[in-house]
Parts: sequence; structure tokens; C-alpha cells
Amino acid sequence: MIKVEKLVKSFHSGDSELVALKGMSFEVPRGQFLSVTGRSGSGKSTLLYQLGLLDDPNSGNVIIDGIPVFELNAREKTQFRLERLGYVFQDYALLPELSSLENVMLPLLMMGFTKAVAKEKSAQALTKVGLGDKLPNLPSQLSGGQQQRVSIARAIAHNPQIIFADEPTANLDTETADAVLKTFEELHREGQTIIMVTHEEEYSRRTDRVITLSDGEIVSDILQKK
Amino acid sequence: MNQSKYRTGKISFKERIKHTVISIKLGFFLALKQLSRSNKWTTVLIIFIMTLTFLNLVVVSGILVGLIEGSVNAVKTRYLSDVIVSTLDEKNYIKNSPFVINVAKSLPWAERTSSRYLGSGTVEANYKTRIKDTDKVNSVGTIIAGINPDDEDVVTGIKSLIVEGQYLTATDYDQVLLGHNLLKKYLPIESPGFSTLSDVEVGDKVRIEINGNVREVYVKGILKSKVDEVSRRVFMTDTQLRGLLGRSDYNVNEISILLKPGSDPVVARDAMLASGVGQYAKVQTFEEGVPKFLKDIKDTFAILGNVISSIGLVVASITIFIVIFINAITRRKYIGILKGIGIHSTAIEFAYIVQSLFYAIMGTLIGVVFLFGFLKPYVGLHPIDFPFSDGILVATISGVLIRSGILFIATLIAGYIPAKIVVKQNTLDAILGR
Ligand SMILES: Nc1ncnc2c1ncn2[C@@H]1O[C@H](COP(=O)(O)OP(=O)(O)O)[C@@H](O)[C@H]1O
Ligand SMILES: [Mg+2]
Repeated sequence: MIKVEKLVKSFHSGDSELVALKGMSFEVPRGQFLSVTGRSGSGKSTLLYQLGLLDDPNSGNVIIDGIPVFELNAREKTQFRLERLGYVFQDYALLPELSSLENVMLPLLMMGFTKAVAKEKSAQALTKVGLGDKLPNLPSQLSGGQQQRVSIARAIAHNPQIIFADEPTANLDTETADAVLKTFEELHREGQTIIMVTHEEEYSRRTDRVITLSDGEIVSDILQKK
Repeated sequence: MNQSKYRTGKISFKERIKHTVISIKLGFFLALKQLSRSNKWTTVLIIFIMTLTFLNLVVVSGILVGLIEGSVNAVKTRYLSDVIVSTLDEKNYIKNSPFVINVAKSLPWAERTSSRYLGSGTVEANYKTRIKDTDKVNSVGTIIAGINPDDEDVVTGIKSLIVEGQYLTATDYDQVLLGHNLLKKYLPIESPGFSTLSDVEVGDKVRIEINGNVREVYVKGILKSKVDEVSRRVFMTDTQLRGLLGRSDYNVNEISILLKPGSDPVVARDAMLASGVGQYAKVQTFEEGVPKFLKDIKDTFAILGNVISSIGLVVASITIFIVIFINAITRRKYIGILKGIGIHSTAIEFAYIVQSLFYAIMGTLIGVVFLFGFLKPYVGLHPIDFPFSDGILVATISGVLIRSGILFIATLIAGYIPAKIVVKQNTLDAILGR
């Protein structure tokens, strides 16, 4: 479970201060598929980076499974991200010189799994996202949608507690985007907690809950019946 | 994953060690992937630079030292031989020479000895064409050596140094050999302290003056050598010079002793001294006999070589630094992603260290093969022709190992620092490219 308490993040540029997150609080129960929407510049990405331990807020707390994560040092945060979090970036963020399989293997190897085990788990994850036949392909040999699914496989291979996705469908055509969302829905059905940023209502409609941001504040928080 | 960490997220010392071990393995994995899928020509170029650096490190000082080493070797083989017996400091000749020579010849290690009479004198050429007294005198001051031609050739191989004319035979009379540096045609340098004879050819008559005696002799041959004791001397048979010097006591000035292969000159010298030779003559091994200035220059050149090598090392370090820095900067986004998905900095830094070391090791290996497989034997067969020395390439295994070690350490640091700089950057900034 994730507990967000009075989270504030502001940016300074010159004399002016821009408050991107104006002290927001909410909770995400385990297994929820949450979407965060809002206009461009409303603070969606900023929120996701704080929750995903990629950035430090000015004040406020994020408590994940009872751990106040901002009290961890840099190394511990890295380890926390490694073991418990999974990321899907808008631009896939794959390493160009690694094959699909090797990209997915990376976090597993860092966790200390042997190469054989890492390979097996990675192959499973890739098969799950429908890329069982693309294991040796380099990112450059894959379409955008396929790359994004490798990225999802990398995010899920180590069974993280939470998956973060920042506009995972933004660069994809409707059909491919739909396939990616289906993958998320499938993971969600298996009990995976997912927090996805999207500005497309078509996709947020398919999640459990929609938090809408505007100017760094939550303007609506709607649980959806499905 | 132990329970307490699950509750707190804190990392124990034991876990840190574990992460480091994993990081090293993963660093290897990343480095291998990067190397094997990077541009082949870039890799080849970097390795080429490292090879040059290695050679620069070893060869520059190796040649500087080899220049003097070549000179020392020449002095040894062409003049001193293994053990050199010479006059005591205040004496004009070796007293009791027949006794000393006997001791030398009876050494169990002695292969052959060559005794030389020495006298200083002058050589004058073209004295017949000099009409007026005011004409410039065509003469040089020199040392005239009287040798037994056979002995001298066995000990120093002097016969092979003949470049014009013929070598002496034991029965030659009024025949001399001239060292090439006495002749203007070989040493076209005009300097007050270093005069030379002009227009002297083999077969010409020259006038030598020694010990008040003047003789007209024929130039039988010309010797070319980079050892002054050959190139600035005049050689004639010992029997004739003995007469000119009036040494009816058979006292000579130098005895060069060639030892059988594998003999220790120190042992031979000590045996000579034990026989009481010390009261008549100075006995030295070739190492002691080599002029001090050569030893000094050798040390100086070794330092100079190290200075030049150090500059090469700095250049190589900067090269590696730039290569790794550019590589890391252009991959900044990927480094950010790696950190983002939980790869520890140690693993990423290690990947760059492995890459730098790969370049250094490959460069060194190729350099070593080139050095010992080609360069050293080649320079050995075709010495570098310096005016005062036939330069060889001095490269010892231990010297190469030390220099390789220094190169590896420098490379390691030069690869680590830029990697560290880039890895240290904010993860999110790196991922987002801002
Ligand atoms: N590094 C930064 N420096 C300054 N301003 C920033 C930075 N990152 C985000 N912002 C600002 O914070 C606000 C929220 O940005 P962001 O979270 O990226 O919005 P969204 O993802 O909803 O489009 C925007 O006004 C943006 O310009
Ligand atoms: Mg955004």
C-alpha cells in the first residue's frame, strides 16, 4: 500500500518559484490500477517521479508498505527501486546494445539471480507481453509497440510491488496502444498494483480509479465501477 | 531478502558486500555487451592508440638507454674486451709486462689476450706538396698503437672494421692503419680541437712522428668504428712500434683479455689481482673500464626516457579519459535509465573500468608482440646508426611488466573518473536529458 502525505514539489527558475505539487495526499491500496490524468503541465510526471523514488520532494511523505521512503539514502533507494518498483517510460528507455532478453535480464542480474534463472524469468516475462519470439532482437530491430512491451516485460520480470508508467501509450498508434493497455489489464487481473499517467480518457476509463490533477492539485478522485 | 530490510529498506554491511560482488559481475556483462556491439573501427582506433602509448612508454627510453648501451657494448667488444689491464695512474707503461701477460694468458678462463704498445705522436700527410713554410700543416695528433695483428683481431675483431685497404700482418713494416675519424673525408668537421687529415688515401705515404723518431709509412688500411680508441688511433705492428718507442723491456700499455664464453670477468679480475698483478697495473672488468661519462649519460638518458614516457602516459590517460568521458556523456540517458531501474552505480562504473582496461590490455598485448616479435630483434640486427653508437633497443621483461602495470593503473584511473562524474549526475535529469 502507498500512502502519500502532503507532498510538495516546487521548482526554482531564476527568481520565480513554480509549485508543481501543492501538498497532495492520497492512498493507493494494493492491487489497484490507478490512472493519473490532467492537462499537460498539471504535475502528473512530477508526481510519478516522487512516488517512484526518482526525485526528492520539498516536503511531505511517501510511505510504501510502511517504509517512509524519503528517509532512505541514495543506495537504499536504488535497491528499493530495484526490488520493489517497475518503470515503463514514455520512450521505452531500452539499452540499445542489449537484446530484448538482456534488457529484461538486467534488473534480475542486479538482484543476484544467476544468469540461467534471469534468462528464464526474462523469457517468461517477454512471452507474457507477447514477445516470446523476439528474445534476441535488439531494440532497433523492433517496432515502437514491441519496444514498449519489452519495457513492460523489464518492469514486471522481477515481480515488483508497484509498476509506474508515464504515458506509456503516447508514442504508439491506437492499435498498439490498445495492446499495451491490454497487457496492463492482464497484469492488474493478476493483482499487480499499477500507477499509470495518461491524458487520454479512453485509457483512464479502463482503470479502477482516476485521479485528475490541475496545477499541482487533485481536482477529482473517482473510483470507477467495471 | 531478509526480514528486517523488508520492514525498513535499510541495507546492512553484508548486503553492501553482496551488491558490490554482483555489481562487478554485472559491470563485466555490460562492458562486454558494449564492447562487442560498439563500432569496431572505434575500438580498433583506441586499441591502436594504446599500442602506440605502450610502445612510447617502452621504446623511447629503451632506445635512449640502448644508444648508450650500444656504445658500451662497442667499447667492450672493440676495445676493452672482458678484462682490461692498463697502466697505473702515474705510470707510462705496465711495469713487468711479460709477467702480467703471462698471468693473463694462464688464467683458466682466458681465451686470448691482446697487448698494445701506445705512444702519442703526430701523423702528417701531403708534406711533400707543402711548398712554403706558411702553408697550413696537414697533420693530426694521435695515439699510435702497436698490436699483434692476430691477437688483436681475435680479441676485438678489428679486421672486420677495415673499410678500405687491408688489415695488418705480423711481418708488416712501415705499414699503418688509420682510424676513420683521423680523416677529413670521413669526419668533415672543422674544429680547433679536432683536426683531421685531408686527401689521404690507402697506399699514400704519411709521416709519423713519435718519441722523437720520424718515419714515413704507407697507409695500408682504414678502420671504421664508433669507438674512439679505434677510430682516433693509428695502428702498426707491435714489433715496429716497440722499436720506435725503445721499449726493449717489452713493457706494454694495455692488455685486453677475452674470456671463454660464460666466464665471469669479476672472477678473472680477482684471480689476476691475487697473482700480484695489482702492483704493476690496473685490472678492471669491462664494466669498470667503461668510461664514466658513458655510465653517466646512460643514467641521464634513462631519466630522460622516463620523463618522455611519463608525458606519453599522461597523453594516454587523457585519451582514455576523453574516450570514456565522451562515451559516458553520450550514454548519459542510458546511465540514468540503468540507475532508474535499480542498477547500482558501482556496476555502471565498473563497466567503464573494464572497458578502459580492455583497451589497455589489448594495446599492451599487441605492443608486446610487436616489441619482442619484431622491433627488438630487428633493431638488434639493424642497429640504429648514431654518430657515436650503434643504438640497440633495451627492453627487459621486468621493465615491460612494470611499465604495463603503470599503464594499467593510469588507464584504470582515467576510465574511472569520467565514469564516476557521469554516473554521479542526477538520475532523473539524465533520463529526461536535461
Ligand atoms: N525540472 C523542472 N524545472 C522546472 N520546472 C519543471 C521541471 N519539471 C517540471 N516542471 C514544471 O512543473 C510543472 C509540472 O510538470 P509535469 O509534471 O512534467 O507535468 P505533466 O507531466 O502533467 O505534463 C510544469 O509547469 C513544468 O513546467
Ligand atoms: Mg508528463
